[in-house]
Amino acid sequence: MGRKLDPTNQVKKGPGRKSRKQKGAETELSKFIPVEESEPKRQTSRARKRAGKRAQDPKKNKDVPEKKPLKGFTDENKDWLTPAKRKRKIDTPESEDDSDEMWEHEEDLEEEAAKVEKLGKKLLPIERAAKKEKRIRASMGVGSDDDDSDDSEVEMAGKIDDADADEEDTIQTNMEDMDSFKLPGAEERAKESVIPLDLQSVHQRIKENVDVLTNFAAKREEGKDRVDYIALLKSDLCTYYSYNDFLMEQLMDIFPVSELIDFLEANEIQRPVTIRTNTLKTRRRDLAQALINRGVNLDPLGKWSKVGLIIFDSSVPIGATPEYLAGHYMLQGASSLLPVMALSPQEGECVLDMSSAPGGKTTYIAQLMRNTGIIVANDANLERLKSVVGNIHRLGVTNAVICNYDGRQFPKVMGGFDRVLLDAPCSGTGVIAKDPVVKTSKDEADILRSAHLQKELLLSAIDSVNADSATGGYLIYCTCSIMVEENEWVVDYALKKRNVKLVPAGLDFGTEGFTRFKERRFHPSLRLTRRFYPHSHNMDGFYVAKFKKFSNTLPAAETGPDEDVTETSESVAVADKKSSKKEAGKKISVKESASPKVQTNGTVAKKPTNLQGQKGQKDQPTGPKKAKGQKDQPTGPKKAKMAKVDAKKSKEGEADSSDKQDKTEGSLVQKKHELKSPMMMKKKKRLGRNKFKKLTHVLKKGWNVE
Amino acid sequence: MRPLTDEETKTMFEKLSKYIGENIKLLVDRPDGVYCFRLHNDRVYYMSEKILKLATNVARDKLVSVGTCFGKFTKTGKFRLHITALDFLAPYAKFKVWVKPGTEQSFLYGNHVLKSGLGRITENTSQYQGVVVYSMADVPLGFGVAAKTTQECRRMDPMSIVVFHQADVGEFIRNEDTLT
Repeated sequence: MGRKLDPTNQVKKGPGRKSRKQKGAETELSKFIPVEESEPKRQTSRARKRAGKRAQDPKKNKDVPEKKPLKGFTDENKDWLTPAKRKRKIDTPESEDDSDEMWEHEEDLEEEAAKVEKLGKKLLPIERAAKKEKRIRASMGVGSDDDDSDDSEVEMAGKIDDADADEEDTIQTNMEDMDSFKLPGAEERAKESVIPLDLQSVHQRIKENVDVLTNFAAKREEGKDRVDYIALLKSDLCTYYSYNDFLMEQLMDIFPVSELIDFLEANEIQRPVTIRTNTLKTRRRDLAQALINRGVNLDPLGKWSKVGLIIFDSSVPIGATPEYLAGHYMLQGASSLLPVMALSPQEGECVLDMSSAPGGKTTYIAQLMRNTGIIVANDANLERLKSVVGNIHRLGVTNAVICNYDGRQFPKVMGGFDRVLLDAPCSGTGVIAKDPVVKTSKDEADILRSAHLQKELLLSAIDSVNADSATGGYLIYCTCSIMVEENEWVVDYALKKRNVKLVPAGLDFGTEGFTRFKERRFHPSLRLTRRFYPHSHNMDGFYVAKFKKFSNTLPAAETGPDEDVTETSESVAVADKKSSKKEAGKKISVKESASPKVQTNGTVAKKPTNLQGQKGQKDQPTGPKKAKGQKDQPTGPKKAKMAKVDAKKSKEGEADSSDKQDKTEGSLVQKKHELKSPMMMKKKKRLGRNKFKKLTHVLKKGWNVE
Repeated sequence: MRPLTDEETKTMFEKLSKYIGENIKLLVDRPDGVYCFRLHNDRVYYMSEKILKLATNVARDKLVSVGTCFGKFTKTGKFRLHITALDFLAPYAKFKVWVKPGTEQSFLYGNHVLKSGLGRITENTSQYQGVVVYSMADVPLGFGVAAKTTQECRRMDPMSIVVFHQADVGEFIRNEDTLT
């Protein structure tokens, strides 16, 4: 490995930066084996010269072993770049090969910039940083706490303050604290609400609380429930990290306590800046070289990406270098590479990116397709489309059509795509580090609202895919949220509504999606979806699901396309009902979810049973709901509305069921007829988005017409 | 979206030929399929016929951009090249100017190229000839018009202008709103 030298600014010959850095290992090796023979191919002429010089100079050899542990950066960056950054054990010769492999992903083997390999090999494990910070804070916290504790504790605190207190010590102090940790009584809490505790003592209390919760049987206080501890922890976390109650509750449901703390800590730290090489214009190796020459410290993103680079530090604004303007790279989060990799578009295909702004994923798709085929980049927001136009032209993408539709209209505009990427608008709970406003601005209604929109978008995305496509028929659904309501729930819904199945996303890391969450039970194949978290993967929180559409017909499980619309428009209400339905008859619902997949041809046979199932559920919506589904019930006016709709539905149910029974005989042929009358569709669709009053009225009218 | 009228085609091709000369026909007759120019919202887009067919599905007011935008017709009927056309100008350019690394930034901020920043220039460049501006690393940065002939450039004082700035890739950021 050697840095390719720019003839314009030639560096002095002789043992330069590199040789000084690697002196230790190389000379050590040369004692045992003659270096030139061991790897004759790898060494450049200059390296050989240097090795020769080293061999001649015995004095230098002597102090080499002493120098060995000093593995700093010996270039001009050394004043601020410390080797402490490197988290992995340093094993010079091997690690060199490692980094080689990374670069060899690209076409030809060449000598690589020495600087690149000097930098840390891996992403910074955030947890460690967080833990370190935590430890520091903890020691500070203890220090401040000791005012009101006895002398022995002061001593303990002192011990901790000794920077390298070994683990036994910390455990002991924890034990000590644990003895004294008691849940504050009601009066104390009341007092806190008047004079809030300082953050450090809150943090200390969180720590102690977590410790108790992780070993509850042993450390609990007699007569106190887990619920009490959890409640205290929740309110403490809300104060310390300034989240609102709702979001914290959701997060506590998703993560176990210890992981939760890691997650919250990770949200306080910015993710590293990453860029993606535009292989339409350059290669990663050349780009890295050019950026290094501009004083940027970078490293390959990871083994999983051939185009990603991670930027540690830069002396120039990374978003305004001539290379950036010339379209050689795109500033893009690591997480947004994943859905496109999962989509894996092929050359010559027709791909739809449903919500494309600001064009990062779109241009990545184009680059994977090598500017062949067609990409339709859509976005609902005209303002944001400007950045798509800019980026697409800057990166030299020539096969894109940019349009400005609402994604929900899509199969009507054009359909039959080989692949579709839906990066749905979401609450953004995965990117709290980027946008901390999310911490306090989201409540349940927001989540359910976006979940509803996502369901609509996902259905229309599925409808735009052509299942008969020779190469494709795939769809990627992804969000930058980690809420189950916006991810698994939406995917599960689509599985029931359309002839799609989940397939492995082709991403070999990430945690599996939930198949069960609280009272909800999802289809077992949801295990194939992937979740990414900031604390464990050091990228934005993200969710990726890959569908394969296996039939263009609509499954007959539910009552057809027109009913769909009404159902989705009832949005939250119906969705909630559904969840409560699930509670009522889990087994039924599981069957239901499986059925559209298994019986593609046997639609006629299946229909009545499903109808019955539905009817049965419609008839008894009140019973189990009251028993269990209290939490999901919308309150106030919504509830009233729901009740109204329920009543109407149950009335209609009887009238309709006969109608529908007739329809089942006609099966698909008839259904197509229905689809073909666009006026009807349009009418219903438009009204479907309106209020329930109008809806039922028109529905009746619709039936009459039929 | 509609095909260009004869008048418009003439105006545009005249403009283009200032930069790429007779290489224009390489743009029109391509071995890898039929390519064509279309006018949409006063802007000229260059696309393959395949994409054109698909784009007809999109309503006129919903269509933002197709293929590559070459430039726009002004209200007075003149044609103005946009920086987005650089991808197609650069490979076919007849006359080129290379700027020194220090001048790169100045040019990218919209300034003219001075003699002091001139790295190389194609021989026999005439005055007011359209040129494509490159960095010394052969990265196309924009285009402009030669202010002086190559001969005159040799004996000019360092602070005089050599290339008049017309468009540079910095406009992707500066004028993002008006690209289309």
